[in-house]
Amino acid sequence: MKANLGARILLAFFFVGLLATPLVISKISARREEAQAKLDESQALARYGFHLQEVSQQAGVRFIHQAPTLDAKLAGIMPEVSSMGASVSIVDFDRDGWPDMYLTNSATGSQNHLYRNMHDGTFQDVAGQMGLADVNQAGTGVSMGAVWGDYDNDGYEDLFLIKWGKPELFHNDQGRGFTRVTEASGLPPWINANTAVWFDYDGDGLLDLFVGGYYSEKLDLWHLNTTRMMPESFEYAKNGGRKFLFHNLGHGRFEEVSEKAGIKSNRWALAASTADLRGTGHPDLFIANDYGVSELFLNEGGHFHEAGEATGVGFAPKSGMNVAYGDILNQGKYAIYVSNISQDGVLIQGNNLWVPREGEASLKYENLARDMGVELGGWSFGAQFGDLNNDGNLDLYLTNGYISLSRTKSYWYDFSRVAGGNSKIIADAADWPAFDGRSLSGYQQKKVWINDGAAKFIDVAQAVGATDTYDGRSVALGDLWNRGVLDVLVANQRGPLLIYRNTVNPENQWVEFALEGAKSNRSAIGAQVTLYWNGRQQVQQVSGGSGFAAQNDRRLHFGLGKNAQIEKALIRWPSGKVQVVENLVPGKFYNVREAE
Amino acid sequence: MSHQVRIPDTAQPVKFEAWKRFFSPANRYLSPLLITLVLLVGQLSYGILESYTRTLLAIGVSLVAELILARIFFGHWPNLASAYITGISVGILVRSPAFWPYALCALISITSKYVLRVHGRHIWNPSNFGISVLFFLASGAVAGLSIQWGNFVWPMIVIWVLGSVIIWRLRRFHISATYVVSFLAFAFLRSWITGDPWQSEISPITGPMYQLFIFFMITDPKTTVRSKTGQCLVVFAVAAVEMLLRLHQVVYAPFYALFLVGPAAMLLEMWKDSRRARLLVAHA
Repeated sequence: MKANLGARILLAFFFVGLLATPLVISKISARREEAQAKLDESQALARYGFHLQEVSQQAGVRFIHQAPTLDAKLAGIMPEVSSMGASVSIVDFDRDGWPDMYLTNSATGSQNHLYRNMHDGTFQDVAGQMGLADVNQAGTGVSMGAVWGDYDNDGYEDLFLIKWGKPELFHNDQGRGFTRVTEASGLPPWINANTAVWFDYDGDGLLDLFVGGYYSEKLDLWHLNTTRMMPESFEYAKNGGRKFLFHNLGHGRFEEVSEKAGIKSNRWALAASTADLRGTGHPDLFIANDYGVSELFLNEGGHFHEAGEATGVGFAPKSGMNVAYGDILNQGKYAIYVSNISQDGVLIQGNNLWVPREGEASLKYENLARDMGVELGGWSFGAQFGDLNNDGNLDLYLTNGYISLSRTKSYWYDFSRVAGGNSKIIADAADWPAFDGRSLSGYQQKKVWINDGAAKFIDVAQAVGATDTYDGRSVALGDLWNRGVLDVLVANQRGPLLIYRNTVNPENQWVEFALEGAKSNRSAIGAQVTLYWNGRQQVQQVSGGSGFAAQNDRRLHFGLGKNAQIEKALIRWPSGKVQVVENLVPGKFYNVREAE
Repeated sequence: MSHQVRIPDTAQPVKFEAWKRFFSPANRYLSPLLITLVLLVGQLSYGILESYTRTLLAIGVSLVAELILARIFFGHWPNLASAYITGISVGILVRSPAFWPYALCALISITSKYVLRVHGRHIWNPSNFGISVLFFLASGAVAGLSIQWGNFVWPMIVIWVLGSVIIWRLRRFHISATYVVSFLAFAFLRSWITGDPWQSEISPITGPMYQLFIFFMITDPKTTVRSKTGQCLVVFAVAAVEMLLRLHQVVYAPFYALFLVGPAAMLLEMWKDSRRARLLVAHA
């Protein structure tokens, strides 16, 4: 070494500094987390503008999800292969103006619950009397989720039950009960799906239905002939379930048209949702796939083409588990939130926040999750955008946690060595080491990211009261008690349904819209409201399913901040009609029917 | 019996000689070419990288650090082949959504060559040092490459065959082969001990992380002992330590095993060399 002693000493110090850098960075982030300590209600209200209180017991909802038990050949890895099924969807099934909720259960013989809103802060389970409870009978598979849409335009929301097993369609008989209409509808005998979404893809005024398969539909998970049923790759798997697009023919009949419409994929779909992403008037379909890239099917007026790679959302393979749309920058454009897996030291995929790029000739997205602070959420599942503190900016609620069993023993080592192996090994369940009561990303803290309005989100979950550590799956947002605030429902795998009752700083104002289509589908699914107030704007849409196995309240909730002056609401109906509503005042619910 | 008369073909031997020269240990660019090929095939086929920019950052930082440090401490402009391999290894093996781990890892790797020296030799493989340190100290921000390159067995076979041929031409095939045989033997032993399926024990070596480890890390001429037997013993020891770490469910067992065994072997060799030198002096 030619350099003198001084240079060598300097280099040694520099080297020590480099080694210390990761420690300094982790200290700084630990301090940031500590600063976000639990606050009481008044402190949380003062600092963040809202506070959440878990009230499921007081509300009379004592639901505990039961997981499925599949074929005994999978016994060693049963916690993993049966790790989904808890879901929640919000629906006003009896049209009394108060949101109700439907919860799925997943053990053979277990009951699903339909909780009717009793208008006094409580709910009552009426699934049995309505005919929606006993839907997990042996031989028919078990429930994985539910989406609601008025497929026959009679004014009442009908139910499509997503299952690993026989998919079911129930007709809502004017809120007095439900009739099972599966056979007449033309649905296939078996789909192992975790996602479905109602939307009118061809603009004919009738709601169509997309169903995304997860496991292959050829598998009866309770009677397996082979243990080769796992994904062939952790990131490039194409041996999952097929996709179905059911075109609504009217009179309760559906025709499967996926291939004809250009939707063909055998990736492992976990979440799907639709939105008109290009302002064409046609809803596009985004699918978040486990074990692979996301897919974006752009709708060219009844025919789709896959543009995941072209738009930038479908290149890096991850473990997609959620699709939620939100106009997070108040620019009249949707960002898309896709949840993935992050586990310290083993796998850091990071969640994706796909934000449309400005000034591009065609639709292009860039992932701004890291820049905006919503990237790391553990083993993330369901997430939804909603203005939780009514400040006029959309916030993000994320639930997470995969398998919480032992508090001291982890399955991650075994998971990582098999997941990185060749397809011949990973695809065979018999090659996977047994779980033996170990956890896999269990007992995780949730994320409640509030949007500061300047392209940054800050996690305030612990401070505002979202302190549970269950294995969260499905999140749905809705104003459960018509108070002008968004409450949060969280369905947990092998855990309770949580109701986070929201209390918001009353200075922050709001307005809500309940839409009803006339020429468009009566559920108004796909209708978009752009609200203009105080020189700001925000777009929201009525969705036929979003997040992970979830559906928010169809009513659209806009937070407005203080001293709001609403200029107008511009409604784009799925029929193409544009309707302007003026003379709106904050603090009111508006029922808007599509102009004839 | 008829005699065949061969017309001498002067073009053929020249061409063959050129190829031979290209695939000779003297060609310092063979390993960089192979790793570049591996990277391009993996990325263009399956998008294995976190992003091009992160990998380029790691390569860029490696090259710049090497240029500066070699100039300051050795007084000359260095050959950049080794720094390039370090940068590209970091760019492939480190997985992080952030940029800083790529720059930091490359910087730690290259700087370690100039700081951690004994008798004028650096004793850790640079990328092994940088990656091990990062996995150990920055586990919240960094993970390792733990995925396949596609679903098919053929890309894996092509890389194994191509890598083996090149490593053989570089006269280091015995190192890789000994490690693979040792790993497999220890995998079956682990399976017997833990009761886990043997497929899950051999699974890691079927992934790309191990291809990089086997072809580029354990064979690094600068940080391996000199004798052929010694080299084989060292990688056997690496596989043995790795087995112990795996029994304790350490995810990045191979990197940590090399981190522990590699320098120890180098120090042992240096000690033996100095003892031999002392004995020679005494005899003289």
